[in-house]
Amino acid sequence: MDDFVIRALTAGIFIAVIAGPMGCFVVWRHMAFFGATIAHSALLGIALGIVLGVNLTLGLFAVGAVVALILVTAEGRRWLATDTLLSILAHTALALGILVLAFLEGVRIDLMGYLFGDILAVGMRDLWIIGAVTVGGLLALWGLWRPLLKITLHEEVAAIEGVPVLGVRIGFMLLLALLVAVSLKVVGILLITALLVIPAATARRFCSTPETMATVASVFGCVAVALGIAGSAGWDLPTGAAIVAAAAALFLLAFVIPVRAMLRLR
Amino acid sequence: MSDTPSSGLLIEAEGIAKRIGQRDVLVDAALSVGEGEVVTLIGPNGAGKSTLIRILLGLLKPDRGRVVRRSGLTIGYLPQRFPIDPALPLTVARFLSLAGAADDDIGAILEEVGVGSAADTQIHDLSGGEFQRVLLARALARRPDLLVLDEPLQGVDIAGQADLYRRIGQLRRRLGAGVLLVSHDLHLVMAETDRVVCINHHVCCAGQPEVVSRHPEYLALFGPAVAVYTHSHDHDHDPAGEVVPLAPEREGGGEHG
Repeated sequence: MDDFVIRALTAGIFIAVIAGPMGCFVVWRHMAFFGATIAHSALLGIALGIVLGVNLTLGLFAVGAVVALILVTAEGRRWLATDTLLSILAHTALALGILVLAFLEGVRIDLMGYLFGDILAVGMRDLWIIGAVTVGGLLALWGLWRPLLKITLHEEVAAIEGVPVLGVRIGFMLLLALLVAVSLKVVGILLITALLVIPAATARRFCSTPETMATVASVFGCVAVALGIAGSAGWDLPTGAAIVAAAAALFLLAFVIPVRAMLRLR
Repeated sequence: MSDTPSSGLLIEAEGIAKRIGQRDVLVDAALSVGEGEVVTLIGPNGAGKSTLIRILLGLLKPDRGRVVRRSGLTIGYLPQRFPIDPALPLTVARFLSLAGAADDDIGAILEEVGVGSAADTQIHDLSGGEFQRVLLARALARRPDLLVLDEPLQGVDIAGQADLYRRIGQLRRRLGAGVLLVSHDLHLVMAETDRVVCINHHVCCAGQPEVVSRHPEYLALFGPAVAVYTHSHDHDHDPAGEVVPLAPEREGGGEHG
């Protein structure tokens, strides 16, 4: 195997491993559109990163974090439905990103690569960043796990029982922003939510505890990444799209195969 | 003004005012619960019951008035609604453990509410009535000093409700915990209630259930409608609590030609 394929595979598997548990919370907390909104702000992050001359991943995370904090404050307000607010925020951020990029003369960026991912261009430096974020993110999730589960079940009850609800919510949103920032190269802006949601949804049928669901989601994510990269290397398919298509195929397969009773993991 | 409640009281609120949007939801409300006492909070829809409860629980700050709790007070709370996403796999035992129940106490707690064999059942496989019992078990998980139950028995049939209120009464006697119950139907909870507080933005009347149920302000709010409602039902409820027409009386078992 070529070096760049091995790097791509490693990066993809790192992302899939952390996307498993993160995706479960996205599904349980009905936050699929939150993830998409943070992802839509990514172009603005890249544009500002170029303008300010900072590391692009840093620019991505900074803008994602700001959007995440706006989302935390906006969530649950009554004056507009949450999905309306998310839609406004997502498309405004996307438009601003494209406008700023348009003003940058002489800078040519690979828009397709950012939208759909360019995993085969992952370098050693990217790999270190992705690996560090995965390990750090898993540790943070480990620490947040119980309070996150409690606020997922019922925020008010959790608050009465002493959970710092706002802090936990902010922590989770920042983790989501971090994940989006580092996985941009792997699957791209338009597909990152899919890598969060589809493996988690696939895992649901086979699991009877939150922890097995998180683990099984990671495994499905890794399988999808491996299949996607294999398809990409073998038939020259766009990698991010191939990974998401593989995840979707696994999802469909999981519903066709009658395994419910046999495979329920304890 | 002290910052501890009067002796024998677990929690005490007085002079509570709260404005939400353009409405004065509470103008001068007060409520207290003592050790081992069952207090029922009653009032018409929109009277501010839930707002008062949320203020007592510390979820909402009052505009005026004060709430004091005994220091170290542990509260077990059963909210009106407890929606759990069907994509979240969870056993009953894990649900209680997340609420702070000790692992070797879970069986006993489930036994207390009458679902002793449910520990390994998935939350989503429970019936509506079983789920309400598990929610009560959840409120008991930390062995609270004060139980706050906000219309706790939605979706439980009448016999089940009577059974559960009896159990709540027993628990209070055994654990010495205070109970604050929100209800829209005084007659259902009368037998296990020590004191009733009837509010409609302010405290209308308070006292023993028999006294309150004859109090002019209570009758003005609930009036004979309560008597009609409790004694001749003109509708029924499906398991989700929605109003449905009365089922026709079943006539002599299955005499088909």
